[in-house]
Amino acid sequence: MRRFFWPSIVLALVIAYPLLFTTPFQQRLGALILLYAIIASAWNVVGGYAGQVSVGHVVFFGCGAYAAMGAYAHFAVSPLVGIPVGIVASVLIAAVIGVPTLRLSGHYFSMATIAVAELVRLIVTNTDYLGAAVGLSGPTVPRNVFDMSFTSALPYYYLFLLVLIATLWITWRMTNSRMGFYLRAIKDSERAARSLGAQASRIKLYAFMLSAGLTSVGGALYAMMFGFVDPESGLGILISVKMLIMAALGGAGLLFGPLVGAAILVPLEEISNNLLGGKGAGLTFVVYGAIIVLLARFQPGGLLLLLGRLRGRWSAKPPATGEGAAHAP
Amino acid sequence: MSTILVQVIVGGLLLGAVYALFSSGLTLIWGMMNIVNFAHGDFVMLGMYVAFVVYTLFGAGPLLGVPIAALVLATVGVIVYFGLIRSVMKGPMLAQILGTFGLALLLRYSVFWAFGANFMTLPENIVGGTFDVFGIRIQAARLLAGVVALVVTLGLHLLLTRTSLGSKMLAVAEDSTAAQLMGIRPDSMQAIAWAIAAAATGIAGALIATFFYIAPTVGETLAIVAFVTVSLGGFGSIPGALVAGLLIGVIESVSAYWIGAVYKDIVVYSLFLCVLWFRPQGLMGKM
Repeated sequence: MRRFFWPSIVLALVIAYPLLFTTPFQQRLGALILLYAIIASAWNVVGGYAGQVSVGHVVFFGCGAYAAMGAYAHFAVSPLVGIPVGIVASVLIAAVIGVPTLRLSGHYFSMATIAVAELVRLIVTNTDYLGAAVGLSGPTVPRNVFDMSFTSALPYYYLFLLVLIATLWITWRMTNSRMGFYLRAIKDSERAARSLGAQASRIKLYAFMLSAGLTSVGGALYAMMFGFVDPESGLGILISVKMLIMAALGGAGLLFGPLVGAAILVPLEEISNNLLGGKGAGLTFVVYGAIIVLLARFQPGGLLLLLGRLRGRWSAKPPATGEGAAHAP
Repeated sequence: MSTILVQVIVGGLLLGAVYALFSSGLTLIWGMMNIVNFAHGDFVMLGMYVAFVVYTLFGAGPLLGVPIAALVLATVGVIVYFGLIRSVMKGPMLAQILGTFGLALLLRYSVFWAFGANFMTLPENIVGGTFDVFGIRIQAARLLAGVVALVVTLGLHLLLTRTSLGSKMLAVAEDSTAAQLMGIRPDSMQAIAWAIAAAATGIAGALIATFFYIAPTVGETLAIVAFVTVSLGGFGSIPGALVAGLLIGVIESVSAYWIGAVYKDIVVYSLFLCVLWFRPQGLMGKM
């Protein structure tokens, strides 16, 4: 039971957060941290656990966001109806990218993800049905609770928390399933895993499809909270960047890595945007770029792994977090 | 064939030569070190801004802009190699992709911060005039860019295949331990490769700047063009990059002419997916 002690304390604090910090800014910040934690965790399934670095994950986010808003804008039904549509579209796109590239070296996969994300962004920007450059709007005045349009950030906060817990649970189940064992084996040595009968490209493809579906749910939630989606906010490359940097900063391939990354970076960005205004947006991404480069150069395992290593050094015991969390059988 | 179509194809070939030039930098690095530089398009963008700064400071055109851009970018390439690439090369795939991808962001948004997001252009008459050959009109700036790019790309190919420096670099690419036993320093050869690849992007950038808009985000599009070119040409192959670059230039121009300028990138990116599905080894590549 001791392994559940700290997680339950953290969970209690997370549940209590919007009741302790009640200003709209603080509640919105909390909701955003959870939202980014969801999509960074979704990225982590393929980027961390399968070791295939997607730099165009925003395409799945966009599928979810456009499906949710499209359900309302074109069919006048709840944005929730769009969620399964977004998931199906995302999984199909993942297959189109994954089937040819996951057989090749990992570079092809990364290049294909960024190219497809740009391709979809260009197509959507030129498609009137999807709102072209203006985008699609959700309900301005909610007809009922299923329109998912609330003025306070509080309902979003708890909704996102539920989805985040579900995402983490799915990820955790995956790592402890046969697929999780195969993924670890493939990541250690693809050739060895193949020779023992693991169908490497197919297993990586499943991870990619799972990750795509989860990301799409995050995109739908995002669109519901903001009430609209346009090519920049739903398909811009910077959202891919955020998913990747949050997961990598916390620790790619660790269950709680993306949460740590989101908890650090989302407040940083919100505060710098508030202080510096429009000019701050550029500066934020200069800092993001610098963080990614430094991370790649000095600590590709992320902060949790670093923390685990430091703790291991001080107490001369094997690290409890970090590698242990990801590789424990 | 109508004269206009011929004109479009010639324009595409000239632009394609520039694509071939900066893509050969990407393919050189990829073939030699098995690293894909995600910041490659942003190197080209830097080259464009160097040309812009040279024009603003000295009022000079590509005659001065191209060599300065080549020098500046070669320096950037060497710094990037020693500062980042040398250590991430030994690391996991995640570190390699994160490293160059983060570098791309860093360069793009530093330029955004320094120069703003506005599109800028060099004055149209910096390489003045249009030629009229058999009824085909060609902008002098595009002709200059295409011809210089073609010459530099061929020069790069000769450098790799006909000189002792080129043989040493290929030896390192083949087997860096064996090369070391022959008295070749892999480290220096790889640094030189980065200098050459980055200089190629600098030259390409300074050339494109004479007829193309200059903006911080242009690197993303150009990077994808380079990915398409290299995948189509076969990785590590400069002749492949040349053929693929010219082909993509033509496909882009013809589709802009037939279906509309907005759709040209859509066509090129879709082509990339087709290559990955049906011919991942490229036109001339080895797997």
